[in-house]
Amino acid sequence: MVPAIDPVIGRYVRFEIDGVPHRVYFEEAGPEGGGGIPLVCLHTAGADSRQFRHLLADPAVTERYRVLAFDMPWHGKSTPPDGWERTEYRLTTASYTAAVRAFCQALEIDKPVVMGCSIGGRIVLDLAIEHAAEFRALIALEAADFQQPWYDTAWLHRPDVHGGEVCAALISGLIAPQSPAVSRHETLWMYMQGGPGVFKGDLYFYRVDGDLREKVKTIDTKVCPLYLLTGEYDFSCTAEDTLRTAAQIPGVEVQIMKELGHFPMSENPAKFREYILPVLERIAQLSPRA
Amino acid sequence: MSPAERFARLPDLLAADTDLRRRGGWLTADCRIDIGAEPFYLTLREGALADLARGPHLLRSVAFSISGTEEAWQRHWQPIPEPGWHDIFALTKRGAASMQGDLRPLLQNLQYFKDLLALPRRLAEAA
Repeated sequence: MVPAIDPVIGRYVRFEIDGVPHRVYFEEAGPEGGGGIPLVCLHTAGADSRQFRHLLADPAVTERYRVLAFDMPWHGKSTPPDGWERTEYRLTTASYTAAVRAFCQALEIDKPVVMGCSIGGRIVLDLAIEHAAEFRALIALEAADFQQPWYDTAWLHRPDVHGGEVCAALISGLIAPQSPAVSRHETLWMYMQGGPGVFKGDLYFYRVDGDLREKVKTIDTKVCPLYLLTGEYDFSCTAEDTLRTAAQIPGVEVQIMKELGHFPMSENPAKFREYILPVLERIAQLSPRA
Repeated sequence: MSPAERFARLPDLLAADTDLRRRGGWLTADCRIDIGAEPFYLTLREGALADLARGPHLLRSVAFSISGTEEAWQRHWQPIPEPGWHDIFALTKRGAASMQGDLRPLLQNLQYFKDLLALPRRLAEAA
């Protein structure tokens, strides 16, 4: 019998982020003969690159795109930096931007498309503001310039509440009721596996450091096309939040995705496909910029 | 059936859900759920409902309470709730529900409570 192996390769790459050595896990899949438009995927807060496993295994995507998804430092199979035990993990705009750019440089990826979800979507907006010329196109899923908090993150990391279970239970409501039970629970499973305080540390970026109100107005979609897609059941980043953000950015393409929530690529891969394939098609038609 | 009448069926709904009771096996807590103006006092013992007392009970103490408008529960319990009404935190974020008291037992057993409070959704087809 032929082994049933997923068409995805996982490896580790070593590079420095702001002078600190890191060993980062990533998965990739692309055209059989190599090449392809690089598409770098950024997972949500407190999760890891497994969220993109369906996209990585979708021939309609990988026949043209070299899809790469990496676990952020502290997440998934990317270990925290030496001495982590003496620090409180906190993601910031600067550290997140540095990590994404360092990953692309380490793998010598030229002008990738970057697609991020949730905090990944927020940093994509920041890349559009600060570094647009480095990218072929940017896709922000479940992203806005600002979102109203809906719980106290202190609950995410304390000894009398199980961190994995409370993280998953909190975010479970962000999944659309129509999403298949299997995909819902796989999405929750990943949340149950985050390191202590990591989800909370990611949300520092989201809630304290990453406020982009006013700044999004400076995005120039002529330098780099920007696509915003948000699920209608996402009450963390609501459709209104995304539409308000889009209204400030001339040339942006925005879509509200029906029957999807905050984790479109993992909570309902088949439904997400209906929305993301046309976007990837349009990006593939863009002529590569010098 | 009014939202309060649906919630009054909670003992049968929970009794029929062995998986939810299993997941609540470490939970023992007293709490109050307000369906509109009507309070319900829940006595939860190891994941099972030892008692459900409907209506005002003066000086009855609970660890925490969750209050929602009639509309909030009615829309929350649709077979497929609309966006913004589908989760207890969606309700609190929009101001249609609130949580008070010592929220620790709630957060320690959050998925249990979310699923418990969604049980009346199962009555929708019979309604």
